[in-house]
Amino acid sequence: MLTIEEILETIKMVQEENLDIRTITMGISLRDCSDADHRAACRKIYDKITRLAGPLVQAGEEISREYGLPIVNKRISVTPIALVAEASSADDYYCYAEALDRAAAAVGVNFIGGFSALVHKGFTGGDRTLIESIPLALSSTERVCASVNVATSRAGINMDAILLTSAVIKKTAELTASRDSIGCAKLVVFANVPEDNPFMAGAFHGIGEPDCVINTGVSGPGVVRSAVTRVGDADLGELSETIKKMAFKITRMGELVGRAAAKKLGVPFGIVDVSLAPTPAVGDSVAEILQEMGLERCGAPGSTAALALLNDAVKKGGAMASSYVGGLSGAFIPVSEDAGMIAAVDDGALTIEKLEAMTAVCSVGLDMIAIPGDTPVETIAAIIADEAAIGVFNHKTTAVRIIPAAGKKVGDRVEFGGLLGRAPVMAVNRFSAAAFVNRGGRIPAPIHSLRN
Amino acid sequence: MNRLKNIGGGNRVVITVIGPDRVGIIAAVTAILAEQSVNILDISQTIMQEFFVMVLVADMADAKVDLIALKDMLAQKGEELKLRIDTQHEDIFNFMHRI
Repeated sequence: MLTIEEILETIKMVQEENLDIRTITMGISLRDCSDADHRAACRKIYDKITRLAGPLVQAGEEISREYGLPIVNKRISVTPIALVAEASSADDYYCYAEALDRAAAAVGVNFIGGFSALVHKGFTGGDRTLIESIPLALSSTERVCASVNVATSRAGINMDAILLTSAVIKKTAELTASRDSIGCAKLVVFANVPEDNPFMAGAFHGIGEPDCVINTGVSGPGVVRSAVTRVGDADLGELSETIKKMAFKITRMGELVGRAAAKKLGVPFGIVDVSLAPTPAVGDSVAEILQEMGLERCGAPGSTAALALLNDAVKKGGAMASSYVGGLSGAFIPVSEDAGMIAAVDDGALTIEKLEAMTAVCSVGLDMIAIPGDTPVETIAAIIADEAAIGVFNHKTTAVRIIPAAGKKVGDRVEFGGLLGRAPVMAVNRFSAAAFVNRGGRIPAPIHSLRN
Repeated sequence: MNRLKNIGGGNRVVITVIGPDRVGIIAAVTAILAEQSVNILDISQTIMQEFFVMVLVADMADAKVDLIALKDMLAQKGEELKLRIDTQHEDIFNFMHRI
């Protein structure tokens, strides 16, 4: 039996507190699209994506209207293209990115993820070709997102891959300099990448996944913040309990919408990614939740502890709400996409070093951070290596999406618009790690990877 | 606490009307539902602050239109009356509040 109060609570969450389903992401395997002739492969890729994802946008819109719940994004993830393209003799894989971009445009999605390579232990020829194709792919397409997995807890940290990818990040920034280096906002470097993540830019369709699957990503920082406001000066146990209950309700929405979409499209339902994903909209901020918990600014001492409590409560509530929780599942702390984070940087409260510490206790990592365009490749590599070490040695996913904004210096701003937002350029430690990262090779897997 | 009836079936919708109170709100909404053969299972209303709030649970098993068409009709009526009228599948509320 529903009460009128419960009905009104749901309506308030949607209308006033920005509750939404952040994304319905269709995962599509392209393993059957390989071909020695890259033109044939691209044709197969375009045909398969448009066939399977053709009804995706309309299905999402219908569900959104039936339930009165906004579904912000409809997106597609595909098999890492390095695996698909490798069979062809193409010198670069730009043509594959172009095929993905066209297919995404044809079905009406704004991002397609999977221009990716998994190189945590080493490169194949195809992996290397793919990574080297990323700058052109990201600067010449609108919708394609790329990712590279450079480390896992089982394999260690591939420093050669980190160095190569760092050079690719710099080149991508330069090629998209006229648009504030936006290309880098579509490139994620991972450690322990999940294979069923529905969130861009790091989504791809893992090799253990079925032919086609629907994953959903929920959001709702605004809802959690309002709940934290309502408990007033409750102690930390009660605070955690309140967040857990709210995460439960949010996740149930993801499960409902995911199952409805899967049924409508006739494909299996995969997972709900229980994440607090902020947007630049006022009130839709993870930083503001931490501030509501009692921090003067996000980034102040106590930020890591507050974020740990938040992240854990979200996971506990989410795990109760869905049997299939997956993807990244945790709070996101992207700087450019979160109005509270941007303000904290502007006020001098939040630095890259504090963000790095915070990534040890939440999902993802150094996300959407603009740094000066003249930051050396080796320094970018060292930042990525630090973040990968946090992931690898703590058995969690970490990622770096960093924008060395071409021609910009500390205090300047980059403007991407839309969900990608805007960011102040942040200071980077000026001391060098070049001699360390240039050693190359692979940092061995930690002792606790030997679990068998 | 004001409880709404729970009667079996999977075609139920929840219609919420929120706005300043005035004459004829219930009549206007129920007229549309009657025209489209949508069976009203329960009506509950209250005044929150100065706003009129009505929650109506209805069964669309024999309805002449689908949920989305009904939603549009009611939303349009809402605009005429300067009210917000939402029509949503009942599952969203059950899923959120019930294990």
